[in-house]
Amino acid sequence: MSTPAESAVAPQAAIGSRSGERARRITEIAFRVRELGIVLALALLIVVTGILEPRFIGAGSLRNLALNAAIIAILAVGQTLVILTRNIDISVGSILGLSAFMAGSLLSNDPGLPIPLVIALGMGLGGACGLLNGVLVTFGRVPALVVTLGTLYIFRGLAFLWTDGRQVNAETLPDRFLNLGTDSLLGVPILVLFALVVVLVVGQCLRNLRFGREFYAIGSNPEAARLAGIRTDRRVNTAFVISGALAGLGGVLFTARFGTVDATAGTGYELTVVAAAVVGGVAIFGGSGSVYGAALGALLLGSITSALIVLRVDAFWQMAAIGALLVLAIAIDRFVSLRLEAALRQRSSRRATG
Amino acid sequence: MSQLAEPQPGVAQDDAPILELRDAVKSYGAVRALRHGTIALRSGEVRALVGENGAGKSTLVKLLAGVIRRDGGEMLVDGEVVDFHAPPDARAAGIAVIYQEPTLFPDLSVAENVVMGRHPLKGGRRIDRRAMHDEVQDLLDRLGVRLDAERPVRGLSIADQQIVEIAKALSFEARVLIMDEPTAALSGPEVERLFGVVRALRDRGAAVLFISHRLEEVFEICSTVTVMRDGEVVFAGDTADLTTDELVRRMVGRELTALFPKLDSEVGPPVLRVERLTREGVFTDVSFEVRAGEIVALAGLVGAGRSEVARAIFGIDKPDAGAVHVGAKRLPAGRPLAAMRAGIGFVPEDRRQQGLVMDHSIQRNVTLTRLKALATFGLLRGVAERSLAAEWAKRLQLKYHRLDDPVAFLSGGNQQKVVLAKWLATDPKVLIVDEPTRGIDVGTKAEVHRLLSELAQKGLAVLMVSSELPEVLGMADRVLVMHEGRITGELSRAEADEESVMRAATGQVVVAA
Repeated sequence: MSTPAESAVAPQAAIGSRSGERARRITEIAFRVRELGIVLALALLIVVTGILEPRFIGAGSLRNLALNAAIIAILAVGQTLVILTRNIDISVGSILGLSAFMAGSLLSNDPGLPIPLVIALGMGLGGACGLLNGVLVTFGRVPALVVTLGTLYIFRGLAFLWTDGRQVNAETLPDRFLNLGTDSLLGVPILVLFALVVVLVVGQCLRNLRFGREFYAIGSNPEAARLAGIRTDRRVNTAFVISGALAGLGGVLFTARFGTVDATAGTGYELTVVAAAVVGGVAIFGGSGSVYGAALGALLLGSITSALIVLRVDAFWQMAAIGALLVLAIAIDRFVSLRLEAALRQRSSRRATG
Repeated sequence: MSQLAEPQPGVAQDDAPILELRDAVKSYGAVRALRHGTIALRSGEVRALVGENGAGKSTLVKLLAGVIRRDGGEMLVDGEVVDFHAPPDARAAGIAVIYQEPTLFPDLSVAENVVMGRHPLKGGRRIDRRAMHDEVQDLLDRLGVRLDAERPVRGLSIADQQIVEIAKALSFEARVLIMDEPTAALSGPEVERLFGVVRALRDRGAAVLFISHRLEEVFEICSTVTVMRDGEVVFAGDTADLTTDELVRRMVGRELTALFPKLDSEVGPPVLRVERLTREGVFTDVSFEVRAGEIVALAGLVGAGRSEVARAIFGIDKPDAGAVHVGAKRLPAGRPLAAMRAGIGFVPEDRRQQGLVMDHSIQRNVTLTRLKALATFGLLRGVAERSLAAEWAKRLQLKYHRLDDPVAFLSGGNQQKVVLAKWLATDPKVLIVDEPTRGIDVGTKAEVHRLLSELAQKGLAVLMVSSELPEVLGMADRVLVMHEGRITGELSRAEADEESVMRAATGQVVVAA
């Protein structure tokens, strides 16, 4: 039933609880491995690239890696909430575009606007877009993939209507806003601080609040969630609103970082964001995963792209590498969860017979 | 902390019931699922709820659980009239339902499953994980089971999942525990453990409603029993005053209706031979044969493994052992196409999902099995398709407007005829029909029966899976009864009556043919 080493540690009397503890250890390791694995892959990537091209591990370069990943990480946090509830939001790139252009045009018209207000407006606009998604999914009973595919085009179309071919240039924006994208606080870029705050706040809420646990419950078994008295529609709506609001925040930060914004800002981001969450171990069918994993996934994807650019790899191979990583991540997940399930089942059947 | 937690020995039986249902009525459309639902559950009582398939047990349970709302009658909790709008209402009243397949969150820990939505909190509305763990581990320990509160539910056996459900019920101080066939998926030792828990709950003053098809369990664990038949409660009393035979009689006692015009037919040589067919954990060692011109019914209670046997014969599921022969030919396992070619037709239980393409026209559905024969160079010939469909529509007296109409427009009985036509068009030697008249109105039912009877008379071998005893007794030349994956009885037409079938179906006696 157990290895000699373990028997020596624990007295025979505690067989039942010990096998239970082992089951717990297996799952804990499996989940840690998920996030640990990304950290390891990241370290490996940076070291190998650094050996091949020493410029890659300069302080400025690593800072750039974090900067590049920050906006995607913020969006991936929102995406994680949505995916946890067994839905998906692929309209986030378009929401980011809308919010980015709004922030840019507001500030170039009135450079005196307080920045917190601009951020609040961006998040408000994004939240409203998210609410539309949520309402269509929960009240319209339309699958989230279809709803957000539709709103992906609608929001992007609105951005084109609004910009009417114009673009916002960095020269027209106030410096204190652009500094947001370049300045550091205690050596950490402000953009990265934003991402860290979002990841930590949402991560803590998901782990430690009843409200947060309900997202997991809904994705794990919607029917059981309803029977447990959870207002599932309301929670799913909340997930979409938060995802939208974070995409709105991402839009404002996008403008601060790049300065130049037109109607195409953030095109294609939705795929990177979903990929980041999945690579980060968020189960695409809901119920498990963490925002920490999703943020790490964003960092890993961004770093791979940077590494391949530094190594002057063809753009086609960059895409292929990201694709391969996605497939690999899903394959590993599948493998780990199958092994995990088998291991857990074995424990309980052994305990039942033993 | 709860009535369950505090031992209350010697609870008087004449207390007001915790939960009472009086003359409840529930209809689904034109079907009256429940006509006279009266039941009372008292503290310290384990009451059995028994009845045939479709007797209305599930409807009664759903009413008590707040899943559906009654059309008439009244419900009382502690003597006060109540009305449940949704499952949480029933839970708030202290009623917990444990379904055969527990509804849990596989990705979350046992502890979280128990306290979901009611996590213990500490400062800042944060979840107190230590308190949650201690509370749930304490509950599990009190239930006397070795389960770790922190492990995920994924991978737990059904028996352990039920324990988690019971722990959940305890944690919100449930006083009434309704268990819907909890033992159906459990092994012997697991059943014993469950009964230990149930007895402990009873001794602490809970009321338990125990639904089971296993009568020996009813006598072992229940002090009182309520019997339902045809949507009505027909008996309520103490199990001590009853024998198994008396209980069975109360479950079935109804007149056989003259709905079944079975024609006598000449029985020929065996056409379908099933030898020691086994599918691990589903059915074991199933052997029988069906002769030309014979209708053989496969009877038994829901979950006995009848449909699964039918599916394995046709090759939808691959059996682990055993063989199926049609005539002299042995069928390869798990190949429906080979079964079709060998001359088996299969009318599945769920015609809407498995038997028909609902959006397609009547004629397309009828000719679906014959597409190759009707096509020239891979293109369907419309005229041939239409004439074949029209011919079968006439032979089966199908009531339709136009052959182009989607089958979804037809009534249940006529849809069933389309499925039959589809298979008869292949000119089969063996026809397997699974619940041929489920959800079909009485008049059309008789037509389907007449049709099957005529087909048998013309030499077709028919294997009919049916949960309706009158249909089994009225139609079958021979009745095979299954109980928990095994054939427990083979009865000739003369031997088969409601009691003998029911006895075999509940695993009472093994009848030799």
